[in-house]
Amino acid sequence: MNSIIKRNQSEKRFKFYGILAVATAIILLMILLFKIFSTGISAFNQTYIGVKIQIEANSDVSNLDPRRELKRNLRAMFPDVKTRSEKKNLYSIFSNGAYYEFQEMLDNYDGKKIDGYYYFLASDDVDMYVKGTVKRKGNSAGRIQSSQMIYIDMFKNMNLIELKYNKYLLGASDSRDPELAGILGAIYGSLYAILIAFITSFPLGILTAVYLEKLASRNRFSDLIETNINNLAAVPSIVFGLLGLAIFLNFFDLPRSASLVGGLTLGLMTLPTIVIASRSAIKSVPPSIEEASIGLGSSKIQTIFNFTLPLAMPGILTGTIIGMARAIGETAPLLMIGMVAFIVDIPRSPMDAATALPVQIFLWQDSPERAFVERTSAAIMVLLLFLFVLNITAVYLRKKLEKKW
Amino acid sequence: MISHEINMNIEFIILSLIGLTAYSFLIGRKKALALSSLKNVIIHSQPYYHGLHSALITIFPASILLVLWSWIESSIFSINLREYFKDITDPALADFYISGVINYVGGVDQKIMDHVNFMSAVNYYETTMQMNLVLKGIIIIFLTLIVSRYSLKLIAADFKARDLVENIVIRVMRYASIFAIVITVGIVLSLLFETLKFFESVAVSEFLFGTHWSPQMSIREDQVGSSGSFGAVPVFTGTLLISFIAMLVAGPIGLFSAIYLSQYASTKVRSIAKPIIEVLAGIPTVVYGFFAVITVGPFFREMGIFFDIDNFSSESALIAGSVLGIMIIPFVASLTDDALSAVPQSLKEGSLAMGATLSETTSKVIIPASFHGIAGSFLLAFSRAIGETMIVVMAAGFAANLTANPFNAVTTVTVQIVGLLTGDQEFNSAKTLSAFALAFVLFFLTLILNIISLTIVNKYREQYE
Amino acid sequence: MTQELKISAKNLNVFYGKKQALFDINLNIYANEVTSLIGPSGCGKSTLIKCFNRMNDLVDICKYSGQIMIDGQDINHPSTDPVSLRTRIGMVFQKPNPFPKSLYDNIAYGPRLHGMFNTKEDLDEIVVSSLQKAGLFNEVKDRLFEPGTGLSGGQQQRLCIARALAVNPEIILMDEPCSALDPIATAKIEELIEELKEKYTIVIVTHSMQQAARVSNRTAYMHMGELIETGLTKNIFSNPEHAKTQDYITGRIG
Repeated sequence: MNSIIKRNQSEKRFKFYGILAVATAIILLMILLFKIFSTGISAFNQTYIGVKIQIEANSDVSNLDPRRELKRNLRAMFPDVKTRSEKKNLYSIFSNGAYYEFQEMLDNYDGKKIDGYYYFLASDDVDMYVKGTVKRKGNSAGRIQSSQMIYIDMFKNMNLIELKYNKYLLGASDSRDPELAGILGAIYGSLYAILIAFITSFPLGILTAVYLEKLASRNRFSDLIETNINNLAAVPSIVFGLLGLAIFLNFFDLPRSASLVGGLTLGLMTLPTIVIASRSAIKSVPPSIEEASIGLGSSKIQTIFNFTLPLAMPGILTGTIIGMARAIGETAPLLMIGMVAFIVDIPRSPMDAATALPVQIFLWQDSPERAFVERTSAAIMVLLLFLFVLNITAVYLRKKLEKKW
Repeated sequence: MISHEINMNIEFIILSLIGLTAYSFLIGRKKALALSSLKNVIIHSQPYYHGLHSALITIFPASILLVLWSWIESSIFSINLREYFKDITDPALADFYISGVINYVGGVDQKIMDHVNFMSAVNYYETTMQMNLVLKGIIIIFLTLIVSRYSLKLIAADFKARDLVENIVIRVMRYASIFAIVITVGIVLSLLFETLKFFESVAVSEFLFGTHWSPQMSIREDQVGSSGSFGAVPVFTGTLLISFIAMLVAGPIGLFSAIYLSQYASTKVRSIAKPIIEVLAGIPTVVYGFFAVITVGPFFREMGIFFDIDNFSSESALIAGSVLGIMIIPFVASLTDDALSAVPQSLKEGSLAMGATLSETTSKVIIPASFHGIAGSFLLAFSRAIGETMIVVMAAGFAANLTANPFNAVTTVTVQIVGLLTGDQEFNSAKTLSAFALAFVLFFLTLILNIISLTIVNKYREQYE
Repeated sequence: MTQELKISAKNLNVFYGKKQALFDINLNIYANEVTSLIGPSGCGKSTLIKCFNRMNDLVDICKYSGQIMIDGQDINHPSTDPVSLRTRIGMVFQKPNPFPKSLYDNIAYGPRLHGMFNTKEDLDEIVVSSLQKAGLFNEVKDRLFEPGTGLSGGQQQRLCIARALAVNPEIILMDEPCSALDPIATAKIEELIEELKEKYTIVIVTHSMQQAARVSNRTAYMHMGELIETGLTKNIFSNPEHAKTQDYITGRIG
C-alpha cells in the first residue's frame, strides 16, 4: 500500500508550490509598483532657490533683459563674487528656466516696489543633490563641483532652498533640461492618437462583429474572415508599426510623427480585439428577445439596431475600453511611424508632429541625466493612472451589464 | 492678390453638400409622411427610411466625385508645378520647392524661396487653383441638386425605401468585415514586397543560414551592394534564447498559479488573486523595460558578483528574459486556467471519490485531460514572447552574438527592426530592407505558432463536445 | 436478526451557506444490503450520500452538524483522513465519467494510486476480476487498451462500477446510476447490484420507485431535506406508516 503519509506529504508539497507560484507573481508585481512609485514620487517636487530681488517702484521693465537682471540681483546678494569663474559657478546652480520665470515676474510687474525673496528654479544637478538622490562626497556631489557647492551651502545656510511643486512635469512639454521637462506634449499626442484610434476602430469593429455574428451565412468565406481576425489579434504590435510605415507614411504620404498616423496604426491594431469582444457580447444577447422582435414584424436590421446592439453595448464598450487601454501603452508601433523625435511644442492638432506618453517614457529612460530617472518613473505613474481609470471604468461597466438580466 | 470676387473654397463645397443631404432627408421624410397620411394609401416603408434613402443617394455620388476630383487635381498640379522647377534634378528637392509654393499660397508659410521661378509658380498656382475650385464647386453642387431632385421623385407608396437602405447597410457591414482581410493582405504584401527587394541584394541562404549579422549601408550611392553581412542566425538564436528564458520563468509560475487558483483556492481567494495577476498583463511593456534597467539589471549584477560569475553582461539575455517572463506570467496563467477549468467536474469528482488526493487528481487526471489546452497556451505565450519589442529594446543588447550562454548579451529580431528603422532611413538600402525581411520572418513565425496553438486547442475541445 | 451496522447518521444537519439542505437526519445502513434513498427532486438524497464519503468537502459553503459513523468511527473527526476514507467507499455517478484513458488504465488508476499490487501480473489480475465483477469483461476483453470514452452509455457506467470495485471498497454509493441509461442497460446494472450485495454494502439513490422496489432490501423516503420514513422495502411499499410516504408512493406527489 502506498503510504498515506507519503501521499499526504506530496499533497502538501504540491499545494505549497501552487501557493508559492501565486505569491511570487503577486510579490513581483508589488516590487515593480513599489519601485516605480518610490522613485517617481520625488519628481513631483523641484528645488527652488530664493533670491533677493530689488526693483524700484514704477520702473520701466520693458527693456530689462531677464538674464541680466537676475544675475545682477545675484551679484547684489553676494558682493564678494568678483572673478568670472566665481560668477559662472554662482549662476550655474540655477536652471535656464529661472530666467523664464524671472521674465514672468517682470510681465506681472504692476509698478509697486519689489524688495524681497523670490524663488527660482535650480538646475537639475542641484535638484538631485537636495533630494538626496545624489550623495555628497566631501565638497562635491555628482556633477556639482566644490566651487559650486560653496554657493549651495551659503543658500542653505540662509534657508533659501525649498522644494516646491514641479509645475513643469505636468504643465510643460519635453526639454533637454530635465528640470524643465514635462509630459504635457506627450499627453496631448497620446490623447489625439487614442481618439483617432477609437474613431477608426470602434464603428468598423462593431459593424464587422454584427455582420459576422448576425448576417453572414456560415460559409468558407466567413470562416476565412473569422480566422483572419483571430490571427490578426495575435500579430506582434511591431508588425502593425511596419504596416503603418509602409502604407500611411510611404503610400499615403501622411506627415511623419503625426498623432494621426499613430492613431490610425493603433486603430488597425485594436480592430481585431474590438471585433472579438463585440462578437461575444452580441452572442450573449438572449435569442428570445430577438425572436420577440421579429415576431412583431421587425426586419433583421431593425432588430439588430433596436435590441441586439443596445443590449450588447456594455459588453462591447468593456471590450473596447480594454483594447484602448492596451493601445495607450503601446510603444513599438509608434516608434516605427516616427513619433519618436524630440518634440518641444505641444501639438495643436492630430496633424502636428507629436510624441506619445509611452514613447516619452522610452526616450527619457534613454537620457543620461540622472534627473530623468525620477521623471521617467513619474511619467510611468501618470500612464498607470490613466490605465487604472480606464480599467476601473471597464469593470464598472461589466458590473452594470450583469445587473441588466 | 487673391481674388475675393468668388470666394470658393473647399469648406464651402463640403458644407453645401452636407446642407443638401440634410435637405434631402428632411424633405424626403416630409413627403413620405404626407403620402402615408392619405387614407387609401398603404406605404411600404416608414417615412424615416424614405428620408434616409434620399440622403444617401444625394451624398454618395457627390462624395465620390469630390474625392476623385481632388485626387486628380493634386496630381495635375504636381506635374505642372514641376515644370517650373525642371532644372532641379533631385526629385526630393523639387518636391520641397513645390510644397513651398503650395504653403505660400495657402498662407501657411510666408517664406519666399530662393529660386528664379518661385514667384511665377506661385502666380500660376494661385490663379489656376481658384478657377479649379470655382469649377469644382459649381459642378459638384449642381450635380448634387439634380441627384437630390431625382431621389425625391422616387418617393412613392410602393417604393421599397427600407429594403434599399437596409441593403446599403448590409453592404457597408460586409465591406467592413472584408476590411479585416484587407489588413492582413496589406501586412503580408507590404512586408513581402520589401523583403523581396531585400533578397535582390542579399541571398536568401545567407540571410537564413549566415551567422554574421552586421548590417551596413553603402557609403556612397555608386557602391555596388553593401559592405555589411546579413546572416540572421545570431538574431534568431538571440530571440529564441531570450524567449526560452522567459518561458522558464513564466511556465512554472503561470502553470502552478493556474493549478492552485482553479483547483485549490476558495472562491474568495481566487476572486482576489486572479485579478491581481491579471494586472501584470495590463502594465505597458515599456514600464517593464524600465524596471529591467533600474531594478532587475542591478540586482542580477549583484548576484553575479556574489556568485563570482565572469562576463555577466549588463544587457544579458538572462536579465531581458527574466523580465519578459514576468510579463508573460498572466498569459500562461490565464490560458492554462481556462484549459483546466474546461475539464468536466465529473472527472475530478470521479477521481476524488476513489480516494485520490487533490494533487494526484490534478496531475494524473486533470492535466492529462487538458494537456492539449495547456500545450496550446504555452505556444501562444511563447509566440507573444518572441513578438515582444520594448522590454528587449531597453534591456537587451544590439550586438548579434551567436551564443547559448544566458549571461552574454544577445539581440533579438524586434530590437534589430527598431534599430534599423529609427533614425535616418534610406528606403532602398539593404540595411533598411533587412528590417522588413526580419519582420516578415517574425510575422510568419508567430502566425504559424498561433495557428498550431489554435488547432491543438480546438482538437482538444472536440473531445468534450 | 443481528445485522451489522455499517453506516449510521445521527442528527445530521447540512447547510449550503444559509440554506439548510438536510434536517436532523437519523439513518442506519446495514452491511451487505442494498439500501435505497427515494423521494422527489431536491429532497436531499444526493446531498446525503455525498456526506458519507465526504464529497461535500469540495463545496466550500457546505457546513454540517451531527455525526456520521462508519464501522463505529466518526468520519468527520479531525483524525480521519478523507483520502483513505474514500478508498473504503466507492462512488458511481449519475452520468458515467470514465477518464479519457484506456479501459485498462481507467481500472488500474485506483490500484496504482494506493499501491495495491506488487507485480504487473497482480495488476492485470485486479483489472480482469474487476471487469468480471462488473459483468463487462466478456464484452471488452479484446479492447482493453482502447479509450474508455468509446463505449456505449451502459458499458461506460459498468466501467465506472468496475473502476470503483478495483480498489476493494466495503461500501458502494450509487447516485442515480441508471438515469442516463436505456432500459436494457438499466436491467443489466440492476442484475449487477443484486450480485454485488453479497460482498458489498450498497446505498443507491434513485428517482424510480420501481427500481427501489426491485433492487433494495431497505428503503428510506426523504422529503424536502427530512427523512420521513425508513424500513424494509416490502413494508414501505405495501404498508407505509407516514402519510407523506403514502402520497409519494401512490403518485400523489412527485
